[in-house]
Amino acid sequence: MVEFKSKIYKKQDSGLEGGKVMSALLEIQDLKAKVRDEDVEILKGVNLTINKGEIHALMGPNGSGKSTLAHVIMGNPKYQVTSGDILFEGQSILDLSTDERAKLGLFMSFQTPEEVEGIKMRQFLINSFRNIHKEDKITLLELNKVISELSQNLDLNGEFLERYINTGFSGGEKKKSEILQMGFLKPKLSILDEIDSGLDIDALRIVAENINRVKTEDMGILLITHYQRILNFVIPDFVHIYIDGKIVKTGSEELAKEIEENGYSTLEQEMGITISEE
Amino acid sequence: MAKNENVNIEDLLVDQSKFDFRNPETYAYKTIPGLNEKIVQEISEQKEEPTWMRDLRLKSLHIFDTWRDPRFGVDVSDLDVSKIVAYIRPRAKKSTSWNDVPAEIKDTFDKLGIPEAEKKALSGVGAQYDSEIVYQNIKKELENLGVIFLNMESAVKEYPDLVKEYFMKAVAPTNHKYAALHGAVWSGGTFLYIPKGVKVPLPLQAYFRMNNPGMGQMEHTIIVADEGSEVAFIEGCSAPYYEITNLHAGMVEIYVKKGARVKYATIQNWSKNTYNLNTKRAIVDEDGIMEWVSGSLGSHKTMIYPSSILKGKGAKTETKAITYAGPNQHMDSGSKVFMFAPYTSANVDARSISIGGGWAFYRGWLKIGENAKGAKASVSCQALMLDNESKSDTVPLIEVYTDEADVGHEARIGRIKEEQIYYLMSRGLSEAEAKAMVVRGFVEPFAKELPLEYAIELNRLINLEVESSIG
Repeated sequence: MVEFKSKIYKKQDSGLEGGKVMSALLEIQDLKAKVRDEDVEILKGVNLTINKGEIHALMGPNGSGKSTLAHVIMGNPKYQVTSGDILFEGQSILDLSTDERAKLGLFMSFQTPEEVEGIKMRQFLINSFRNIHKEDKITLLELNKVISELSQNLDLNGEFLERYINTGFSGGEKKKSEILQMGFLKPKLSILDEIDSGLDIDALRIVAENINRVKTEDMGILLITHYQRILNFVIPDFVHIYIDGKIVKTGSEELAKEIEENGYSTLEQEMGITISEE
Repeated sequence: MAKNENVNIEDLLVDQSKFDFRNPETYAYKTIPGLNEKIVQEISEQKEEPTWMRDLRLKSLHIFDTWRDPRFGVDVSDLDVSKIVAYIRPRAKKSTSWNDVPAEIKDTFDKLGIPEAEKKALSGVGAQYDSEIVYQNIKKELENLGVIFLNMESAVKEYPDLVKEYFMKAVAPTNHKYAALHGAVWSGGTFLYIPKGVKVPLPLQAYFRMNNPGMGQMEHTIIVADEGSEVAFIEGCSAPYYEITNLHAGMVEIYVKKGARVKYATIQNWSKNTYNLNTKRAIVDEDGIMEWVSGSLGSHKTMIYPSSILKGKGAKTETKAITYAGPNQHMDSGSKVFMFAPYTSANVDARSISIGGGWAFYRGWLKIGENAKGAKASVSCQALMLDNESKSDTVPLIEVYTDEADVGHEARIGRIKEEQIYYLMSRGLSEAEAKAMVVRGFVEPFAKELPLEYAIELNRLINLEVESSIG
């Protein structure tokens, strides 16, 4: 417990450096959003600040709109922001397209990554890297070396890179492939949307290990999950409970354990809210 | 939320600019526009042909004059054959050395990369300019093995019996009206004979270039692959754009003998004023293999259905076709397979892309006769429409007359999924790049059948080098 507390104070202090206030990596301000061309609001006023290097876990019951938050941050054209703002390194990104956000250093791992036939993983990775990092000093040979290392760490065999994008991948391979991309593209902020879902314990361990391995000191992570399980491996600095389009409670990793033991429904009485499990 | 900006459609269109250059409209001889007995006689005389060939031309003309247009496919009502110049002889002799080809004509083929490809990756090349072959050459060692690789006019003179045995025997003038037109005014093309057991190591190529406006190019290609032989043949074609209509009505006849193997690859990139009404047919004997690789990218209107007649037991055919229909293009393309012997097999993978109001129509015919016991066939057609203005149709006809055949069929017509584009954009690709990547992936099964140089050219053609960012 003591260890946890010292950690959290350290993180909160990190916002102040030599008396000057640093701008957060990601700052979500009273964000409201809905599905484009529909009326129902899904995000109902989200506030969240992620500083450099911090790991934030966002937990909530199914159907609470956790994934929608991820997609709205990434600029999925399916959704429309109705009010509020998203700042990345102090700048609003609401007017930017998804690829422009990726170029700023945002990354999202998808729950169900899309298949694209006819394009090999290796080609895709290199293409993406060149697009995001607009520099060609790193040779193809060097990039290939990095890719090989990452895929070995993830227990993906050599043939994997010659397969078409996510085509015919098993559930586990898809998740590993997303982490491979995260490691290779070196984003400033990684949003991991239920990266743990559908994984057996061995695959979960490999995925978690590699999240820790590819996380740089400065990288921020927003880890969206339904279960506490993955947080045994990827230790969060903050845990947020997200219910019905809002963050209702923020705490330490202990909060995740409480939820794991008692379920989300105990929060109902505590917070005086209603959770609709879908 | 930022709505992803619309893709500039130009980025996804086939880039014609490389092919759209004109030489002066020079020629040594040409017929007056139109088609009649006098013109046909004149062409035959120019070519100093034997009587049997002249008779075949006249008989074909009669069929053309009396037959109606096909009742399917593209609308040919604005094709006026009376305005088409059927024969234009270039100011060049038939040469076996590029040095003997007149500079401006050689320059054309240089721009198209033909002599360079010949040095690097081919066993031989035939190059046709307007109505005649101006260059044809094959590596000496293949000639020494008895491979015949000649322009059709020379073959008619030098190997009369061999040519007569095969000329318009796979496709008769009565096959359809434009086969008859071809029979009447054919000119140029290649005769290729591969002796028994000879395996040609690198592909042979024929390139067809139309330079003059308002002309018809009607080359005739015959490939005879004798028992146990193997050859790959690549055919390319292009023309500069003119306001008036050009017509291409070529014909390809392939005879695959017992145990032989022929691969015939086409990258058709005619200018958008060209009617491409082409006929290709192979007859495959016992255990022979015929592979069609058919890329239809250019032209205003196209009708092309590479056909295989599987005549011998265990004969096989494979077709990989990609059709691209851009603005003002109506492409009616497909595949025909006739299986008439036991244990024959066929595999058809036909794909089309339509964009900018283009219309891609797949028309397929698979017929399995009552003798084709144990036959296996699979037909797959996929159409990708890149916008709401474009059209796509699929009409696959399958007739089976035996109970002992294994037939599979699959058809998919669709658009690029928005989720796919969003996923790729989340990896830093602009919307145009993401769409181009999906298209490139769609074309991949076809592209990988081509020699590397041509696959690269194809990718370049579909202009996948799009702007790195939009807006």
